[in-house]
Amino acid sequence: MRFIFKTRYEQDINLFQHGGQMFWYAVLGLVLMAAPFVVSSYVLTQLSQIFIYSIVAFGLMLLAGFTGQLSLGHAAFLAVGAYTEAVLAIAGVPFLVSVPLSGLFAAVVGIIVGLPALRVKGLYLGIATLAFGTIIEEIIARAEPITGGNAGLMVPPINLFGLRFADGPAFYYLAFAFALAAGLILINILRSPTGRAFVAIRDSEISAQSMGVNLAVYKTMSFAISAAFAGVAGALYAHNIRFLSPDQFTVVQSIELIMMVVIGGLGSIHGAVYGAIFLIALPQAINAVKPFLPLFLSEATGLQPTIFGLVLVLVVLFEPLGIYGAWLKTRTYFDLFPFYRQGMFRRQKAFQKSDRLK
Amino acid sequence: MSAPFFEAHGISVQFGGLKAVDGVSFTVDKGEVFTIIGPNGAGKTTVFNIVSRIYDPSAGKVVLEGEDITEVPAHRIAKLGIARTFQNIELFEHATVLQNLLIGAHVHRTTNPVAEALFLPSVKRAEVALREKVEEVIDLLDLAVHRDSMVAGLPYGARKVVELGRALCTRPKLLLLDEPSSGLNVEETEDMAFWIEDITKDLGITVIMVEHDMTLVSRVSDRVLAMNQGRVLAMGSPAEVQRHPAVVEAYIGAPAGPGMAPLEKAS
Amino acid sequence: MQFIQLVISGLAQGCIYGLIALGFVLIYKATETVNFAQGELLMIGAFAGLFASTVLGLPYWLALVAAMIATAIVGFGLERVVLRPILGQSAVSIVMVTIGIGYMSRGLITMLPVVGTDTHTLPVPFRGEVFRVGGLVISAEHIVIIVTTIVLCALLAALFRYTKVGVAMQAMSQNQLAAYYMGIPVKRLSSLVWAIAAAVAAIAGILLAPLTFIHANMGLIGIKAFPAAVIGGFTSLPGAIVGGLIIGVVEQLAGFYLIEGFKDAAPFIVVLAMLIFKPNGLFGERLAKKV
Repeated sequence: MRFIFKTRYEQDINLFQHGGQMFWYAVLGLVLMAAPFVVSSYVLTQLSQIFIYSIVAFGLMLLAGFTGQLSLGHAAFLAVGAYTEAVLAIAGVPFLVSVPLSGLFAAVVGIIVGLPALRVKGLYLGIATLAFGTIIEEIIARAEPITGGNAGLMVPPINLFGLRFADGPAFYYLAFAFALAAGLILINILRSPTGRAFVAIRDSEISAQSMGVNLAVYKTMSFAISAAFAGVAGALYAHNIRFLSPDQFTVVQSIELIMMVVIGGLGSIHGAVYGAIFLIALPQAINAVKPFLPLFLSEATGLQPTIFGLVLVLVVLFEPLGIYGAWLKTRTYFDLFPFYRQGMFRRQKAFQKSDRLK
Repeated sequence: MSAPFFEAHGISVQFGGLKAVDGVSFTVDKGEVFTIIGPNGAGKTTVFNIVSRIYDPSAGKVVLEGEDITEVPAHRIAKLGIARTFQNIELFEHATVLQNLLIGAHVHRTTNPVAEALFLPSVKRAEVALREKVEEVIDLLDLAVHRDSMVAGLPYGARKVVELGRALCTRPKLLLLDEPSSGLNVEETEDMAFWIEDITKDLGITVIMVEHDMTLVSRVSDRVLAMNQGRVLAMGSPAEVQRHPAVVEAYIGAPAGPGMAPLEKAS
Repeated sequence: MQFIQLVISGLAQGCIYGLIALGFVLIYKATETVNFAQGELLMIGAFAGLFASTVLGLPYWLALVAAMIATAIVGFGLERVVLRPILGQSAVSIVMVTIGIGYMSRGLITMLPVVGTDTHTLPVPFRGEVFRVGGLVISAEHIVIIVTTIVLCALLAALFRYTKVGVAMQAMSQNQLAAYYMGIPVKRLSSLVWAIAAAVAAIAGILLAPLTFIHANMGLIGIKAFPAAVIGGFTSLPGAIVGGLIIGVVEQLAGFYLIEGFKDAAPFIVVLAMLIFKPNGLFGERLAKKV
């Protein structure tokens, strides 16, 4: 077990707490940089997709995990970003201009969707965002002249300084860079006053207010940042999938996004990435084991939702901090070996606390 | 004579048909410890909620240093120099003690969100400066042992102190303490009394508190206001108020006889 | 005439939404959990009814009762096995569990050999029959829906007003811990509430079956019942039904009079307006946190 003796306040503020941490992140970075030389182009596309969903997860984690605002309409922000990017790319707008615009437009939509958050909380907010998500999906389906409606929309490849980022490795590095930047921005926000204000709102609105946190401003800001992340991710998504249609952004997708952060571990930045990996890797894993399953299972279209649902239920029942929590326990076990005790992470039994009065 | 430091002028508030606070007026001088006592349901916390702008009064006004703050939104109160604690502890449970205190210092932030997202060197400097101020409070209240603990895992007594610390981190002029000693053992109450004295004498902060423990009240308060059923019963020095017939009647329910012992906290 | 015709079919559809919303409200009031799997309970109820009438050969009304009982057992079991262990966790965690249950039920049902992803038809004795009143043409299915809903609501109202269990449930919805201290078996009542909500969902499913057929994804209709519950205030049983009726009628009218696409969005537009201007709904109680 490692003990860190802190002698300067900067040590609590810096990105890495100690050299070991920095080393392992550097190793991870190098592995990811080398991936295109090792893996197949199909796997590379999936890795890019993981980066893209990590960006969404970072944003949603900020909103749901750190500000405590439930969003059940997050796929709509992804859709707004994706369609904005597609339409701008078709119009010939360069990538470096269209991506910020996609993020910005999604942020504006996010501010509008966040308006009910100023009046309602918790599950009511979830339902309000769900309603917004459905309406936005419907608008996209009906705005045929711009979005192609239900027939869908083809997306041209990225054009950056005359280079085409259509093929695997180039796009992979681009997505990697964006995910890295998004992660850094999230960490930076969380270690500064804005991020602390978000956490304050999550834990107690009433005392956040008494400490000088303007609830309306910070809730709106959280929605805007979260939606902007989803919008940028949507822009990348459009280029990775190359074909957009409204049924990629339904309520079901929104729910899968929130599942992603819950399974990854609410309130943890690592959890966002774990959740993204889970969301992308699970269907692949299921496809991989399908040939070995009995026919009635491998033929069933419901196999994937069943496993998804099962994992979700098991996570909440046994590992409320998600994959991140499981990792934390495993690490503590080895850190303390052989002194780890069974009950160390046991939760207290409780009665239903009223959420109506939060 | 100049205007009083703090003034509540005929404040009233109604919940449905119930008058929780009914025309309460009082003034507090700078540097004073002013205590509001009264039986449960007397409207003490409601007065706090009006002052910290969580409730809107139906009548009356609240004035701080000559400025009418009756219409100020709740999140502006901290900036004006009013900080408060809560009766049932409202800490940020899933954050460390240090983070709680840093949120207390929120009104003193100097950075904007864009600079923070990039974590420019100026943000880092501001964070260190903020931390230094917070460390002063940690030193004052002996919180160093709990600095990196999650609030959710702290014992009740420590949480009370963290909440006091969080309020101090806003660097207030006026501190509202809602039952600072409730749930504390004798030793912790003793510490609390010392801190309240330190806060007023060394930091020059004016304190208004709601408290039931009469030993603590007598020890730290300059003046006491007794309330019952939303109205003022008596005001004066701790000893005067404790002997006041109306106060005795409110607590014990009978007119005061001669030789009645002063009120002690029933425990 | 056209208008009245639309309103009547809207009311019938609205009864379905209302019954699903009723399930939300029952569970929310008792346990402060929003059950995102309510639509799936409806689906299970419909399949149970299908099984009872086609495989077991029960007549329609008996099949309805059998489906109610079967689904109630499912609801009871879910509470007992999955939800009770996480009592006291944050609302979001519990909601996620119900979402997970919904996913699982939707997936598992497709794994049943004969069910799969096909649509099925529930045999009903009154299929295709219509009544003509003046110039109105009212289908028997709509009348059955409306009448059954009224009877069910009367029964539930009686349960809550006149039985000991009902009064205990009311107490529990006010303050779970206090109810527990007063000797009310809170845990057993939670299971019972889930069972009742599931039975109501089963009725809704069987009533819905003639209108939309029975298939694995029919539970997604539950998403449209959220607006109904919110409009009613989420804590009011009559409010849930009224909210359902409003949503049903608005949807029908919007589908007919407004451009295409509004039909599906209309309930959500109504609920957003409600949340922004009157967040506590038509019948909701107004509560503020005490500090």
